[in-house]
Amino acid sequence: MAFTFAAFCYMLTLVLCAALIFFVIWQRERILNIERICNLLRKLVVPEYSIHGLFCIMFMCAGEWVTLGLNIPLLFYHLWRFFHRPADGSEVMYDPVSVMNADILNYCQKESWCKLGFYLLSFFYYLYRLVQIQSPQTILWISGTF
Amino acid sequence: MSTAGFNSQNGTGTGTGTGQTYTNGPSQNPVALQQLPGVNYGMTHQSTYNPMQAKAPAPPGPGLYPSGPYQPAPPVSSYQPGPPLTSYPSAPGQSLLSRPQMGGPPPHTPPQSASPSPGPRLLPAQATPPPPAVSSSSYYQNPQQPMAPAWQYNTAPPPMGPPASMSAPPRGPVANHMNPAASLAATAPPPSSAAYSTAPPPHMSQSATQPPGPGMPPTSLHGYTQTGTAPPPMNPIAPHAYQPGRPAYGPPPTGPPPTMKPAPPPTGPTMANATPPPPKADAQCGGAVNSTLSPIEPDSLEGDIECPGAVAGNGPQASNSYNHVDNKMAGLTQPGPPGRHLGHYPSLPPGYQNTSAPHATSNIHPAMQAATQPYTRAPQPYQQMPGGPGPAQLSSSLAAMSLQSSTPEALRVVNLVQERNLLPPNAIPAPTPCLTQDLQKINCSPEVFRCTLTSIPQTQSLLNKAKMPLGLLLHPFKDLSQLPVVTSSTIVRCRSCRTYINPFVSFLDQRRWKCNLCFRVNDVPEEFMYNPVSRSYGEPHKRPEVQNATIEFIAPSEYMLRPPQPAVYLFVLDVSHNAVETGYLNVFCQSLLENINALPGDSRTKVGFITFDSTIHFYNLQEGLSQPQMLIVSDIEDIFLPTPDSLLVNLNECKELVQDLLKSLPTLFEKTMETQSALGSALQAAFKLLSPTGGRLSVFQTQLPNLGVGALQSREDPNQRASAKDIQHLSPATDFYKKLALDCSGQQVAVDLFLLSSQYCDLASLGCISRYSAGSVYYYPSYHHQYSPAQVERFQKDLKRYFTRKIGFEAVMRIRCTKGLSIHTFHGNFFVRSTDLLSLPNVNPDAGFAVQMSIEENLDDMQIVSFQAALLYTSSKGERRIRVHTLCLPVVNSLSDIFAGADVQAISGLLACMAVDRSVTASLSDARDAMTNAAVDSLSSYRQFVLTIQQPGLLAPACLRLFPLYILALLKQKAFRTGTSTRLDDRVFAMCQLKYQPLVYSMLMIHPALYRVDDLTDEGALNINERTIPQPAVHQLTVEKLCREGAFLMDCGTVMYLWIGRNCHPNFLTQVLGVPNYAAVPENLYLLPELDTAESQRTRAFVGWLRDQKPFFPSLHVIRDESQLKASFMQNMIEDRTESALSYYEFLLHLQQQISK
Repeated sequence: MAFTFAAFCYMLTLVLCAALIFFVIWQRERILNIERICNLLRKLVVPEYSIHGLFCIMFMCAGEWVTLGLNIPLLFYHLWRFFHRPADGSEVMYDPVSVMNADILNYCQKESWCKLGFYLLSFFYYLYRLVQIQSPQTILWISGTF
Repeated sequence: MSTAGFNSQNGTGTGTGTGQTYTNGPSQNPVALQQLPGVNYGMTHQSTYNPMQAKAPAPPGPGLYPSGPYQPAPPVSSYQPGPPLTSYPSAPGQSLLSRPQMGGPPPHTPPQSASPSPGPRLLPAQATPPPPAVSSSSYYQNPQQPMAPAWQYNTAPPPMGPPASMSAPPRGPVANHMNPAASLAATAPPPSSAAYSTAPPPHMSQSATQPPGPGMPPTSLHGYTQTGTAPPPMNPIAPHAYQPGRPAYGPPPTGPPPTMKPAPPPTGPTMANATPPPPKADAQCGGAVNSTLSPIEPDSLEGDIECPGAVAGNGPQASNSYNHVDNKMAGLTQPGPPGRHLGHYPSLPPGYQNTSAPHATSNIHPAMQAATQPYTRAPQPYQQMPGGPGPAQLSSSLAAMSLQSSTPEALRVVNLVQERNLLPPNAIPAPTPCLTQDLQKINCSPEVFRCTLTSIPQTQSLLNKAKMPLGLLLHPFKDLSQLPVVTSSTIVRCRSCRTYINPFVSFLDQRRWKCNLCFRVNDVPEEFMYNPVSRSYGEPHKRPEVQNATIEFIAPSEYMLRPPQPAVYLFVLDVSHNAVETGYLNVFCQSLLENINALPGDSRTKVGFITFDSTIHFYNLQEGLSQPQMLIVSDIEDIFLPTPDSLLVNLNECKELVQDLLKSLPTLFEKTMETQSALGSALQAAFKLLSPTGGRLSVFQTQLPNLGVGALQSREDPNQRASAKDIQHLSPATDFYKKLALDCSGQQVAVDLFLLSSQYCDLASLGCISRYSAGSVYYYPSYHHQYSPAQVERFQKDLKRYFTRKIGFEAVMRIRCTKGLSIHTFHGNFFVRSTDLLSLPNVNPDAGFAVQMSIEENLDDMQIVSFQAALLYTSSKGERRIRVHTLCLPVVNSLSDIFAGADVQAISGLLACMAVDRSVTASLSDARDAMTNAAVDSLSSYRQFVLTIQQPGLLAPACLRLFPLYILALLKQKAFRTGTSTRLDDRVFAMCQLKYQPLVYSMLMIHPALYRVDDLTDEGALNINERTIPQPAVHQLTVEKLCREGAFLMDCGTVMYLWIGRNCHPNFLTQVLGVPNYAAVPENLYLLPELDTAESQRTRAFVGWLRDQKPFFPSLHVIRDESQLKASFMQNMIEDRTESALSYYEFLLHLQQQISK
């Protein structure tokens, strides 16, 4: 079968990557207008981290080592963020009482810009790899079936 | 007292407000208002300008100075002359000028004539002339002497002059005087004149207007006209002229007098004589009188005077009121010393100065005084600096200013290692920004609004190079004795950035003004052009909004999201066994019973009570019940309100039930054996009860909550208290309290926490409930009704203040700054809702805020920048009000100027806030290093970039000479010290206070004041309300300064220690402490016996005076060598070496070593 697990990974990744891009953009948009929006935003943080973790696991299973390598740094960054939460066990980020501090705000904004860039580039990289692995006809066929 | 004053203001304001335009707080307004009725703004005030004029000869003045513009005519000239007088130095402000004139008048005949208007008064004054001294006073300064001074004459000054002296004498009267005089005049023109002295006849002519009622109108017109004509003038104006005066200013007291003397004297004296008595009355009544008399007002107003004309019409009164306010303010300010002013803003128009404030002044704490002083300086004038001070003006004025202010002295090189006695004997004044006098006169009081760098660097890179933090310290809701209140259907704001119109905007012409924050050109609304009082158009720059850097508006309905909420107070009381043991319930109930009628509020005020231990008890107080009904809810996991409608009841309708409950509450739980505490559930219940209306939630807690939601565990390891390693557990253990606080904030509920506990309570976690809901935290460690009488007394006094102080509900505060500057971080208790918006469910007069700023865009082409803090709140009477403070500061582009403008106290205060944050987010040692580095960096930057001659030693500019001392003091402060046994709660509480208290009080926490009190004398004493307050010098905090023969009082803000030397003079022991010898001094003495001896009276007067300056009640502990508290006392000896910390000298060497690296 021409359609390998790796190709499946890339397809799924493309979809999820779009979701991640949406998350990040959404976070960027709202951050200047917060109030309790922090509460909503926070709900997106863990899903984002989980989806990205899922990518890494799938690429590992599919043996796409190069792609995995590209994602490892971000994975570690997410793990670091997650385990260095405030001592009171609250949010990973976007704590409403401190997010308006200029330093934190700038950091969050820079982080979103970087992630946005990273996800966009990965999106195109995944598309490229997909095409490389599968012939265009297969892809068309798959798209047709959907 | 302040409170009282305050309230009244509000009250008045309100009352008046409605009617008229603006009233000042006090009654005056009313009067004024009356006249104005129709008009909205009563304002007219223009006073500022006029003020001067007013003062004296009102008429002339006004015109004059306002700028030259105004009146081109004669007046001007006269004014100018004024300058010459020098005396006025201060004059810079127009007001001054005017005064001078006035005072001067005599000298300058012409001027006087000009003055005339004020004439009446003035005349008299002139007559009086004799009193040379007075003249000097003219300053305004004089707060005390107010009146006269206010006027042009200021005579009073002399007395005042020396701030230090403060001697009260003059003050009282003075302040008022202005108005009074005016009033008088109005009433009985002739007499008044006489009284005034100054205004002698000559003035009259011009003054005519003012003169008594009749004439008035006309007069005013004149005045007005002049102004009118001059319109353009606004600009720049006079400042220059005044400059001369400036210098004088500096010196305030003395300086001026001399110069002035010639002319002034006359007036002054007269004034003094005549007026003095009346003064206060005037002030108060003044308003009324004025109104009637219209004419008079001018005087009072001083500034107004010009407007006066206007005033004369209907408006006059308004003006007056205004004036009054101003006056007070002014008075205060100038005097600087007077201190008391506190409230006042210096800025007011020159005229004001006088005012009653004087008394107040005296009281003020040195520090405060200092603060005030700055203000004073700049008298009113404010002219609008159109565009900013013209360069020319600036430079000239700068030159003048600098003389006195910083530059020279501030940059004097001090070798810290060699010079030991750096501490000034009195309070350290806030540095004065290098602005033109006109601007400085109207600038916001440093007590309200202070910046760490009074000269703002042009670029961020310059700021980085200076290595000093840029930030603002605010005390926005401070009790003010004078506060102009404006009622108007439209509040003039910039259409682009929504800045409120303020004294630092520039008028391009009569119809357009340019925002000083975003530089947008806005139209002047028709309503703003009209001066109801004078019934004339075209003097928008004379309205009170443009004359006062601190002003309050009664907000129209656009500023309400919902109908203003009533005052709602809910008390949540811990009644577990532990709480009953401490006996706090008795004190609480007793105190609330006594003050139940003094709770701020109106007929809608509601109260409610909840008690809790392991269950939650509600009290049904519904009208009609014969006695309160207790409802117990034991399901603490899912809390609900048993009868939601009858738990919060109208205080007036159900007062008897409430009183019954308070009487029975302490006995209700006497025998309880319940030891658990379900605080979290009680808070949730309280939140549910309050969320429909919002309000204030007061929580009394005596132990660690250990049941239900929000339960905490003890995290403190007593063995680690003295650890030199990092302190753990400074951050909250749970986010329950933070989340609840955010919910509260969203529903406009503020939580005030009273913690009375002998054991660890985890304030770090509990404190969040207050921090994010804009409440306050009170902490009474080891509170017990029998074992800690000092704490009980403190608790009683604090409760009294807490129940009766002013309160604002559903408030928000927005801080705006000139384009290019941006807000980096806020410090204090609040929730930050947007980058520049603080949500404050409650705001109280004892809350301070700090803001770190950064420079995002270069401030090229700007000579001044402004900061505006606008606090929108609902008063306890259900009125929506906006209090606006505007601070203006110069922009500089050289490092030496930045250093010259450094405000060491503000810098230390801001660093303390930053260090608290750092301790929580990083670690305590990190915070300590950061503070040390702050000192090293700024001093090495100074050495590297500013010092031209490299010399050995640790060099600092004079303005930063105390910086290393304050940093060392911070390192040894309870909040940041290591190696000394400190309970975790004590430490966290100290941190809360550093962030939350206004600078004046936090400075005492950082660096206590040490006085020797066994040899108090009346030399240099203050005189307040007929009490003589000795003013001993402040000593350095080192054991070296203590001696066995003496007795020393240490004022640490919330606590005072009276240390008795072993060989203390027996005279002191018997006459003050009432004990025969040292051994007989009781171990736990916390009260000074009321003995009928001079020594005892002096000591008690001094202690009482120190206490009066604080909104909280410092307990006093008398300690001797064996006392347990001796260690606490000795730990405040900052300059000495301890086991774990460096001495001051060692610290300096350490800094020196770091710098030379």
